[in-house]
Amino acid sequence: MAEPAALSEVDTSTAGLAVSLRGVTKVYDSGVMALGPLDLDVRKGEFVSLLGPSGCGKSTALRLIAGLHAPTSGSVGVSKPAGQARPGHSIGFVFQEPTLMPWTSVRENVRLPLKLAQAPATEASARIAEALMQVGLTEFADAYPRELSGGMKMRVSLARALVTDPDILLMDEPFAALDEITRFRLNNDLLSLWRNLRKTVIFVTHSVFESVYLSQRVIVMTSRPGRISAEFRIDTTEPRGEDFRTSADYAGYCRKVSNALAPSYPGKPG
Amino acid sequence: MSSLQRPPLSAGQGAPESSAVRLVRILLPVIVLAAGVAIWELVVRVNEIPPYVLPGPGAVFETLVKDWPVLSQSLMVTLLTTLEGFVAAAFGGVALALLFNQSKWLEYSLFPYAVILQVTPVIAIAPLLLIYLPQQTAVIVCAWIVGFFPVLSNTTLGLNSVDRNLAGLFRLYGASRMQTLRYLKLPSALPFILGGLRIAGGLSLIGAVVAEIAAGSAGAGSGLAYRIAESGYRLNIARMFAALLLLSAAGIVIYVLLALTSHLVLRRWHESALGKEN
Repeated sequence: MAEPAALSEVDTSTAGLAVSLRGVTKVYDSGVMALGPLDLDVRKGEFVSLLGPSGCGKSTALRLIAGLHAPTSGSVGVSKPAGQARPGHSIGFVFQEPTLMPWTSVRENVRLPLKLAQAPATEASARIAEALMQVGLTEFADAYPRELSGGMKMRVSLARALVTDPDILLMDEPFAALDEITRFRLNNDLLSLWRNLRKTVIFVTHSVFESVYLSQRVIVMTSRPGRISAEFRIDTTEPRGEDFRTSADYAGYCRKVSNALAPSYPGKPG
Repeated sequence: MSSLQRPPLSAGQGAPESSAVRLVRILLPVIVLAAGVAIWELVVRVNEIPPYVLPGPGAVFETLVKDWPVLSQSLMVTLLTTLEGFVAAAFGGVALALLFNQSKWLEYSLFPYAVILQVTPVIAIAPLLLIYLPQQTAVIVCAWIVGFFPVLSNTTLGLNSVDRNLAGLFRLYGASRMQTLRYLKLPSALPFILGGLRIAGGLSLIGAVVAEIAAGSAGAGSGLAYRIAESGYRLNIARMFAALLLLSAAGIVIYVLLALTSHLVLRRWHESALGKEN
């Protein structure tokens, strides 16, 4: 795997931007053009979804922002909070799978980012307790991952991403493998977390309904190479809840977004 | 679960069994043993086979009790050699695997020789070692040679089987090499390391016995294998069987101890140590 990308020194703070991508491309070693060129600005505190079919490079874009991959060309700018040297710590990442360490408890899994940053133990305990409370898992701190359901594992993963109190939360199809009831519940919990904590969220998904329900802005991507094909602003009365999910507004947005997405699926009438 | 690695050897659980089935599973081998011993005794008595050709199981047991002072001392010697060889194999194997994992160049340079050491029959190496090394050292080296390779290859496999997303997470949070090794790679590799140790335990005993036999023909030595060789020259067949019985028991105890250790260490999280019901 590639070393973490050296993030460019794009000054995003003045413009109120959390993330700024400029002409970013990614070509894999196999020669496959995975992404771009891609331009993307995400404001601080914004909830943005990247929506597209499998293999459209949306996960690649997320990994570039996280610094897990280096872009082939272009620049990736991520705002740094004052007094923090490492950009990686201002980012929380939630993978498609819970990606927990099976050999240790929920508490120790959540502690990991703090342990790696060598945070003081007393401060760490307080933060872990807070993160577990935010995702509603306080009682399960001593459980092992295998003892939890899929939805609870995802909550642990979310708590681990929140424990460093990052400004930016990157989520890579986090709820794709969950059943619909669990997914709806986690959607609502994520929205209330976002409202309370005011973090910037970039959410990758292939579900039209999920993206419209959650985000302020839906960015539709096409595949090979991944490009932005359309962008929708979802304006509705906040806070959203189950009412929004059954409203005519919601259905209208979903139809529009679906129509924009249709051309990226070959073989389907546009 | 993709995030769980399976070890190369399973702990050997079957499906949940009823107590009756479990009882039968324990009883059947015991019945086979009893029948075997009875037939053995019968054959010896009916054919009046002299004890210097084939002693009956009664005679073997008698010898075991009568010669216990000598045999138990030899057992201790062999067990100590096995233990020393096993500890050397465990530390050597894991340490070498860690070195290989940190430096690909080192792995490319040395791994072929680890394989050569493994595929060359130890019984052919033992006489050479006995020429150049003091006998006790040579015996331990033999036990080490046969024991370290399974530990090395299993640990290497384990260190390379780390979940890719977890590795990415560690990089995202800026983990150092030491942190990645300690908090990610070693725990991931643990089931594999324990599997390797389980194989190495039995092999260390074999290595010790092989070296003792090679050394025994040269005269000195007091381990169980030496007793077998010595008793063979003296046509004390009953004592050969008694010593063999002890070696076999030692092998079983080593295996059970290592399997138990593995189970206790992994029981909270690893698939191999969990029942099939969940």
